[in-house]
Amino acid sequence: MKTKTPSKLEKILAAGHLAVTSECGPPRGSDIEVIKEKANLIKDYVDAINITDNQTSVTRMCSLAACIQLKLMGLEPVLQMVTRDRNRIALQSDILGAASFDIHNILCLSGDHQSFGDCPTGQNVHDIDSMQLIQTMRLMRDQAKFLGGDDIKRPPKMFVGAAANPFADPFEIRVPRLAKKIAAGVEFIQTQCIYNMEKFELWLKMAGDRGLLEKVYILAGVTPFKSAGMARYMKNRVPGIEVPDELVKRMADTPKEKQPEEGVKICIEQIQHLKEVEGVHGFHVMAIEWEEMVSEIVEKSGLYPRPSVE
Amino acid sequence: MIVADRKPIEEIIEEVKDHEKILILGCNECVTVCEAGGKKEVGVLASALRMYFLNQGREVKIDEKTLERQCDHEYLEEIRDVMDQYDSVVSLACGVGVQFMAEKYHDCPIYPGVDTCFLGATEKRGLWTERCQACGQCILARTGGICPVSRCAKRILNGPCGGSTNGKCEINKELDCAWQLIIDRLKALGKIDEYEKLSPLKDWSTERAGGPRKVVREDVQE
Amino acid sequence: MQYPPDIKIILVPCTGKIDVLHILHAFEKGADGVYAVGCMEGDCHYNSGNFRARKRVEQAQKILDIIGIGGERAQMYNLSSSEGPRFAQFAVEMEERIRKLGPNPIKLAKKKAA
Repeated sequence: MKTKTPSKLEKILAAGHLAVTSECGPPRGSDIEVIKEKANLIKDYVDAINITDNQTSVTRMCSLAACIQLKLMGLEPVLQMVTRDRNRIALQSDILGAASFDIHNILCLSGDHQSFGDCPTGQNVHDIDSMQLIQTMRLMRDQAKFLGGDDIKRPPKMFVGAAANPFADPFEIRVPRLAKKIAAGVEFIQTQCIYNMEKFELWLKMAGDRGLLEKVYILAGVTPFKSAGMARYMKNRVPGIEVPDELVKRMADTPKEKQPEEGVKICIEQIQHLKEVEGVHGFHVMAIEWEEMVSEIVEKSGLYPRPSVE
Repeated sequence: MIVADRKPIEEIIEEVKDHEKILILGCNECVTVCEAGGKKEVGVLASALRMYFLNQGREVKIDEKTLERQCDHEYLEEIRDVMDQYDSVVSLACGVGVQFMAEKYHDCPIYPGVDTCFLGATEKRGLWTERCQACGQCILARTGGICPVSRCAKRILNGPCGGSTNGKCEINKELDCAWQLIIDRLKALGKIDEYEKLSPLKDWSTERAGGPRKVVREDVQE
Repeated sequence: MQYPPDIKIILVPCTGKIDVLHILHAFEKGADGVYAVGCMEGDCHYNSGNFRARKRVEQAQKILDIIGIGGERAQMYNLSSSEGPRFAQFAVEMEERIRKLGPNPIKLAKKKAA
């Protein structure tokens, strides 16, 4: 498959490999060493690294700055961009800023509501939504035009991604929603972390029936449980995540000191299973505050070493 | 209608504490319906203030009046003859009325007695909820009559976002997810295929962002 | 049946007729205490008049606290119409409460101003 951008992630996917991405949260300060450390832990095990954008509305160093740091380290960043905090001028502007450092991947998101974070009395912007951001990105890249109509000198060459959550409500529009994002111009999808294989595969099948799987690269999201408590928490307290009872039981039945190991084992099994599922083009490993496990997960899932592309 | 809520009495006391001749001015329309600034509320506030000042050892003149509206010149003119009796007015009208009063009665301090909240409807007595953000370009025809600008916390035009759970919004389990409502309604209308139509970028210039707005109808002007 | 002589009774068809304004005006005019006596909850002849009365008494209590008169001067009681002795008991209770609280501060303030 031909690639449209210099993105390493796109090249790996176009070559038919299973891609592996992971994510890092920037620090709540200006110390870039945090990013460098996290990136160094995982850099040989992933093809690209997402940098989150003020996730959960907690103010952190901006994704763009951290992505630039990754670029300076010779790594491949995925710029996450939420529409919560910036209007269309700032969004286009930051995209150009990223492009000036040859950042080639973007993930277009709405963003969690600011009431979850440290500035609940702040405004939110949502001048455009995540689908419109996808459209904007494609306009800037493929037609080299600003939203206002003027030409862009040295247009951004970014591989356009978005998130998808087969486990959010209502289920019946999850595939239409994927179709909408594809129509808007999305090229790769990272899903919310998957525990309910059945539902995920049903979603994939429904997408496949509509011919959508040929139009987009889907990276399956996985997150290892650190403990039985974490499994329970994610099951009961985090909206949009479904954890089957058997998995919680499996974690709970494991002695406490062995639970992290079991969680990683489950994650590896999930990846092994999903490797064989049609429509899955790779994995997005979200080991939140547990980045040191990414290497083991990738290795034991048979995804190491990472392919190199030109 | 415009929905407002009574300001705490302590706040109003703070506003008027240095005055001696106060008019409490109510409004017979929206704020009456939402029980924040009508004749009844004027009476309660006036009585409370009178007792407060008496208790402080001060005899403060506090009069009560309720106008039909405070957003039309003719009604505000009705009190022109008595305005010189007062050194301040607490207007229980919405923010519009307070400002119109202040513009008309230039030299008299006008204080707000309610917090103006939103454009909404009476779900039942004692419960008013927001429905409209006055964006200036109504898109209700496309969304089954449910507004994502006013009822989605992120005013997403191609929703729902990933936080929608069991038909409720991520910020509050009691808040309906506007997009769930839209989807349900499109289904009921047999129009669910329209869900996949991409909603274009909104022109916010007719909203607050474009600056204070006006509507002109030259055909009815004199 | 005996109850204190300084209680002025105002008859209403249902306590639901009592408005917050009536309670406030009573205090404005110098009453030391105001209480409403309604039917047992669930037995209101007009279904929910006594529930409304309770809410209005509570509203008045809040306002009276804020302006420094004291919300305990306003109270809501419930009884069934045949409970004469109970009526007297409430009257005694209210009278004791008000005696402890002292006269309505407004009365003193008005005297001073005069």
